[in-house]
Amino acid sequence: MIVSEEFIASVRGMDQQLLKLLEENALVSPETLAKQLNLSVDEVKSRIKHLEEAKIILAYKAIVDDDKAEFQTVKAVIEVRITPERGGGFNRLSDRIARYPEVTSCFLMSGGYDLLVFVEGRTLKEVAMFVSEKLSTIQGVLSTATHFTLKTYKEQGVMIEQEISEERLKVSP
Amino acid sequence: MSVKRIVSTTDFVANHVRSIPRSGIRDFFEIVQSMSDVVSLGIGEPDFVTPWHIREAAIYALEKGKTGYTSNLGLPRLRKSIARYVRQNYQVDYDALSEVLVAVGVSEAMDIALRAVINPGDEVLYHSPCYVSYSPSILLAHGKPVEIPTLAEDHFKLRPEALKEKMTSKSKVLILNFPTNPTGAVMSREELLSIAEVCEKHDLLVITDEIYSELSYGGEHCSIASLPGMRERCIFLHGFSKAFAMTGFRVGYACAPVALIEAMMRIHQYAMLCAPIVSQEAAIEALENGQAEMVQMREQYQLRRNFLLNSFREIGIPCFNAQGAFYLFPRIDQTGLNSREFAVRLLEEHRVAVVPGNAFGVSGEGHVRCSYATGMDQLEVAVERIGKFVRSL
Repeated sequence: MIVSEEFIASVRGMDQQLLKLLEENALVSPETLAKQLNLSVDEVKSRIKHLEEAKIILAYKAIVDDDKAEFQTVKAVIEVRITPERGGGFNRLSDRIARYPEVTSCFLMSGGYDLLVFVEGRTLKEVAMFVSEKLSTIQGVLSTATHFTLKTYKEQGVMIEQEISEERLKVSP
Repeated sequence: MSVKRIVSTTDFVANHVRSIPRSGIRDFFEIVQSMSDVVSLGIGEPDFVTPWHIREAAIYALEKGKTGYTSNLGLPRLRKSIARYVRQNYQVDYDALSEVLVAVGVSEAMDIALRAVINPGDEVLYHSPCYVSYSPSILLAHGKPVEIPTLAEDHFKLRPEALKEKMTSKSKVLILNFPTNPTGAVMSREELLSIAEVCEKHDLLVITDEIYSELSYGGEHCSIASLPGMRERCIFLHGFSKAFAMTGFRVGYACAPVALIEAMMRIHQYAMLCAPIVSQEAAIEALENGQAEMVQMREQYQLRRNFLLNSFREIGIPCFNAQGAFYLFPRIDQTGLNSREFAVRLLEEHRVAVVPGNAFGVSGEGHVRCSYATGMDQLEVAVERIGKFVRSL
């Protein structure tokens, strides 16, 4: 789909409010969003559709407590130094690294290294193999430093241990 | 041998305390507490937990061993923050060290303000529907409460004519609370000017309860204390509970000319000594660094207000677009039920708690108070159940 300049500009304002609400909870119904934003249900639906088509909304996912779900996942963060290339800078190589399914997030960073790569695997060995066999052997990758995560306290803005407010009064003046 | 008198322990209770009616909210609270699966729109406090950096400041205060009394008026650092905050946001100048008193919430500040100024029999006017404590606090201070009903068609604003109508030679104080609990009513600068004019002409003292002032959705909030000539006849009350979600910290303040603060101090120093030091430390952090979270919470409240208002209109419950606080005050008398019947049946048949409007004064009859200080998921369920209930009538 070809995205017009005006459409991109219109993402500001109402669409940004809509996106903020969806970022908080992607499961809110269009009916509720319409009432919150003083829009019609049809308008909310069409705005969301446009945002999806323009790839402004990239995906909807659940945030899961891996421990409670008993997922045996191993997560690591890898600091990667790479050589920039003439013409493309860091982009071509970064894109190549990001495409591995083991990579869950990938950022270009300022500071002592170039890429921060988040990877996930089923076992420690699997992640280690990915680093040594795949990542390190890519031409242009100068060095890697791998850090394994031990425990998650907060995931994408959500505290793993939720605060309990059961003592809140049900009716108060 | 003397005859043994049959004495009930209630005989020990003072007459003026005995004569205070039971709070309509308390009454209702007990019914709600006994039920499960209730979605409550009856809560008069933010559902947000106090922002973390403010809680952290309280923890740090404890770590540093700040566990003693403070000066009666409150920590000088806090009073300076308050004076600056009031100057910047309400355009009223108070001297930090002599015109600011830190109290245990606006509740205490209101109580000591009334006790400091009322002679027995003085009349205290207040607009209703209003917060439940005003009338009892006036009675406890041996004053005479004079209720000025406000109307749904006026969006529950106080009209100068209505004020004049209730004035007598004994009128001494006017209590204002805009945005209002329970109606969400607000008043513009122009509207307040006309009230200020009456107060000046008839030499009334104004106690203005500004606890919901940050939660205004329709533009700039104006305090009556900022109007020309009003600073000298105003006691400005404010606190941290609503704007910074700090209800449990119990900390608020009064700003007023020296003589009035001095009078309030005489009561406060013996009744309370000082507000808790940990809460005062947290309050400093709220004023100095709490703006961003406050604005975020306000945005959330506004979205919820929109949701609830649009839902009520869809269901067919008339409700004015309240521009402040976190309450809507819809009319329900067209259902053929009175406030209490509506609230009790809604609770018993559909497990949604709202507060009957008459708990906030006679003029609240025919309405119910719905608080949107609760999560969107709860609001969605509540609206669905209220819709079912209204259709069943």
